[in-house]
Amino acid sequence: MEWFATLGAKTLGKLSGLGRASYLLFSALVAKPQPLKMFPLTIKQLYVVGVQSLLIILVSGAFIGMVLALQAYTVLVDYGAEESLGPMVALSLLRELGPVVTALLFAGRAGSALTAEIGLMKATEQLSSLEMMAVDPMRRVIAPRMWAGVISMPLLALIFSAVGILGGQVVGVDWLGVDGGSYWSVMQSAVDFNKDVLNGVIKSVVFAFVVTWIAVFKGYDCIPTSEGISQATTQTVVYSSLAVLGVDFVLTALMFGS
Amino acid sequence: MDDLITIDNMSFSRGDKKIYDGISVSIPKGKTTAIMGPSGIGKTTLLKLIGGQLRPDSGDIRFKGESIPAMKRSRLFQVRRQMSMLFQSGALFTDMSVFDNVAFALREHSDLSERLIHILVMMKLQAVGLRGAAQMMPSELSGGMARRAALARAIALDPELIMYDEPFAGQDPISMGVLVKLIKALNDALNLTSIVVTHDVKEVMSIADYVYILADKKIIGQGTPAQIREQDSELVQQFLGGKADGPVPFHYPANSLEHDLLECQ
Amino acid sequence: MNSRKIEIMVGLFVALAIAALLMLALKVANAGISGNGETYELKAKFDNIGGLKVRSPIKVGGVVIGRVGRISLDSEDYTPVVTLEISAEYKDFPETTSVSILTSGLLGEQYVGLQPGFSIDGIEPLRPGDFIADTKSALVLEDLIGQFLFNRD
Repeated sequence: MEWFATLGAKTLGKLSGLGRASYLLFSALVAKPQPLKMFPLTIKQLYVVGVQSLLIILVSGAFIGMVLALQAYTVLVDYGAEESLGPMVALSLLRELGPVVTALLFAGRAGSALTAEIGLMKATEQLSSLEMMAVDPMRRVIAPRMWAGVISMPLLALIFSAVGILGGQVVGVDWLGVDGGSYWSVMQSAVDFNKDVLNGVIKSVVFAFVVTWIAVFKGYDCIPTSEGISQATTQTVVYSSLAVLGVDFVLTALMFGS
Repeated sequence: MDDLITIDNMSFSRGDKKIYDGISVSIPKGKTTAIMGPSGIGKTTLLKLIGGQLRPDSGDIRFKGESIPAMKRSRLFQVRRQMSMLFQSGALFTDMSVFDNVAFALREHSDLSERLIHILVMMKLQAVGLRGAAQMMPSELSGGMARRAALARAIALDPELIMYDEPFAGQDPISMGVLVKLIKALNDALNLTSIVVTHDVKEVMSIADYVYILADKKIIGQGTPAQIREQDSELVQQFLGGKADGPVPFHYPANSLEHDLLECQ
Repeated sequence: MNSRKIEIMVGLFVALAIAALLMLALKVANAGISGNGETYELKAKFDNIGGLKVRSPIKVGGVVIGRVGRISLDSEDYTPVVTLEISAEYKDFPETTSVSILTSGLLGEQYVGLQPGFSIDGIEPLRPGDFIADTKSALVLEDLIGQFLFNRD
């Protein structure tokens, strides 16, 4: 009986959380947007969220491309199909690894920082103080961060995939000796711009939305103590990683399933 | 007497815990009103209720005769431009310099030119003696300086009402003296209405025109500082004198000592 | 960090992302050939299309000249109809042209092979929307194996 009551209370708690998260999304993005005032703030957040994540994206993109090429080569060479290395690397990156790994790295690098920053602003009464100065923190603090996240992640994913394909070329062509011409030309005939590149971008826009939403909400909704903030930060990384993987399955099934 | 704020038989609870039980307070215009009480009594909550960030369970809070809990959000935002609040931590925006902090409300709520804003900000900073620290970041300021910078920000829009949340807590005697002097000087110069929430008895008695003492969800004493000192309520005297034990017990409610000590056997 | 520097860095970031998109579009996906140019349609009926899919390439002597646009079933005689989208560069194939569904390599994907026929007086060129009469269906491995086993008996 008690177990049942706990379950009910937990469910209600989650539901009210979802309600508050939706309210946050609505008031930050939909209700009375002020694009002119928000633009400079968004630029600043693009710097914090996007530019500062660039290094980790470049490095991990290059390494993942190189590892992919190495792994694929050892399998393909047994069938004498080394020229399929190009499409193998490019398609894995464009369709799957680019958007997903970028989203996971972004959740760890920028998402956690967003949560901690907003949580700290709450704990030091900065959000309250904005309210009292008749400035809506939703528009001043939350909205620019949401937009910056949603804009920068697809850009990061594109950079990730491009760097990964170049990394694959370094290992496959320059090191393992696959013919450079066939690396690129077989890739070109196998990769379709709409189906592969654009679908990857769509995926990563969806991931960006999910991750930033979770990060911003967890910060805004946290218990304003050092313990609460650290908990919220952990939750951001865990929840957004799980959400990305789950959503990825659904999107992949929709895009490539039939 | 003309009241800027009237709190009328207001009750408020957070979760199951009752914070206020039918209190009535009136804040006269142009005066400094102090609200004192032991820590943990929810004094900050009272300021948030006045600012409209929280809603009371019952009763009413009126600003210039207009009910705050009944206001729409847009109207509330208009009214808030006439009040400002000095938070306990200062609550300076950590990603901006002192100058930008003070200029913030001006830039948000007025169309003044950057030149005019510069002049205004410098005047406000001059008033709190921090003109030299204009380009510093909040993290470089000491606690007392941060609070003064926050005070400059609070008066930036020339509000009618300033609410001070524990302005003296955790200050060394010198900064405390500076803050007391500042609050008094600002009040007289700008003809402000002030609400000071604090538990620093000595300092606030020197600047307040009227004092309310809150304890146990109710108002237990009120009057001018002179009247308060004369009151024979034990509770008020314990608070003013800072005695360890009295009506506000030293011991948090517990079982008898014998019971707790013998329990383990 | 002042706001000018921030703006420049954000600008660089966006420029880098655009460069990445261009590289992916031109060098990796080769959007030029993937059918954004002018095309015209020809149709062909096959008995069996095997594993042919939409967007499979159409080749003449190994050169890709277009892609399969649509695959449907004729509602009257229940045979598959394949619509071929061929680049407008390569037009006026003669009526005698034949098409077959071929496989690249032993296990590779299937594609449409076009074999241009002879062109002499009295043979009209194919117009957009025309059906190609001479078609050869896909080889289905199971059928081949079945035939092989049957002949042995």
